[in-house]
Amino acid sequence: MKKLQSTWYNMSIVLTLISVVAGAALAYVNDITYEPIQKIKEQQLQDGIKAVLSADKVKVQSVDTLDGVIVYVTNKGKAVQASDPNGFGGKLTVLVGFDKRGAIQGYRVLESAETPGLGAKAGEWFQKGSKGCIIGMSPAKNNMTVKQDGGDVDAITASTITSRAFLRCVNAAYEAFAKGAETETDGESGATRQYDDNY
Amino acid sequence: MNQIKVLWNGIVKENPTFVLLLGMCPTLGTTSSAVNGMSMGLATMAVLVFSNLIISLIKNFIPDMVRIPSFIVVIASLVTILQMVIKAYAPEIDASLGLFIPLIVVNCIILGRAEAFAAKNGPISSISDGIGMGLGFTIALTLLGAVRELLGTGRVFSFEIFSEDYGALVFVLAPGAFIALGYLIAIVNRIKN
Repeated sequence: MKKLQSTWYNMSIVLTLISVVAGAALAYVNDITYEPIQKIKEQQLQDGIKAVLSADKVKVQSVDTLDGVIVYVTNKGKAVQASDPNGFGGKLTVLVGFDKRGAIQGYRVLESAETPGLGAKAGEWFQKGSKGCIIGMSPAKNNMTVKQDGGDVDAITASTITSRAFLRCVNAAYEAFAKGAETETDGESGATRQYDDNY
Repeated sequence: MNQIKVLWNGIVKENPTFVLLLGMCPTLGTTSSAVNGMSMGLATMAVLVFSNLIISLIKNFIPDMVRIPSFIVVIASLVTILQMVIKAYAPEIDASLGLFIPLIVVNCIILGRAEAFAAKNGPISSISDGIGMGLGFTIALTLLGAVRELLGTGRVFSFEIFSEDYGALVFVLAPGAFIALGYLIAIVNRIKN
């Protein structure tokens, strides 16, 4: 077949056709994959909450949002998701689990764009048994900043910026946790949204 | 055209990274470790094979003056579809690769091959070219990633070769990418001549 000439008519028809076909293909794939993607997201959040609260089964009782910080209240304690925009590679999102007294039970980095081999170590560095362990510390009693800033936490080697962003997340999470604890003693649940799924 | 010759052309003779010097942005940005480099290479290869195939099939329907926007729409749609499918059915891959996939749209290897090869050849040769170029890119990125990971952290594919304390951090960071790439290109040129 001979190649189509570059006339106005041909060009507009071809471009329109290609866009329409591409748009239809995208809409179709989006339609198919939308549900699995949502399910996986929820599953990942579930796994995260389980991991940071070191529990096998967790029932989410309510979800609170305070200034962009999300508090998941469960039967095993509270898991708080907080972000900081100033990691070394951009946004850093951390899920932190607190026990009833506010001590850190566990954490998980949910979203990060930190340098592999450096800041990306945040996922293990602050865990139990590692150099910068924060498990068991409580932002109420400990100074949750890096040692360079006079705090109690060992920063990741050569990744102080990541470490600072990470600890800002932890502190923001604790603040939300503490606020939530106050409203609870007042007998208010605030703008809680009840989860009726069987988690 | 001889399919094996087309494959060989992409992997060695016209290796996109070491010889054509195409796609430098993802090359430098994603090769901080061997695994990252390999993942980026494989994802690019997947898109390249499909974009070459589609473009070689529709090349006669596209008037010359609007070929670039047409190719871009095809490539961008393919990348988005790939991203959605990976997110939905392979979340483990998404966790390690997710960041890089949108970058493939702006990878000039794909547009370059669409323009230089797929728009002039039949579908079967175009698939071979996609596989060849994709493999060439994957090998180059894996090699560069391995060198940077070894010099920077003392590991290759996360296996420890020497202690991390002796690693030169600069190789994991951006300047190390330029240095390592420069030396690799020099070595490849030396071997080829």
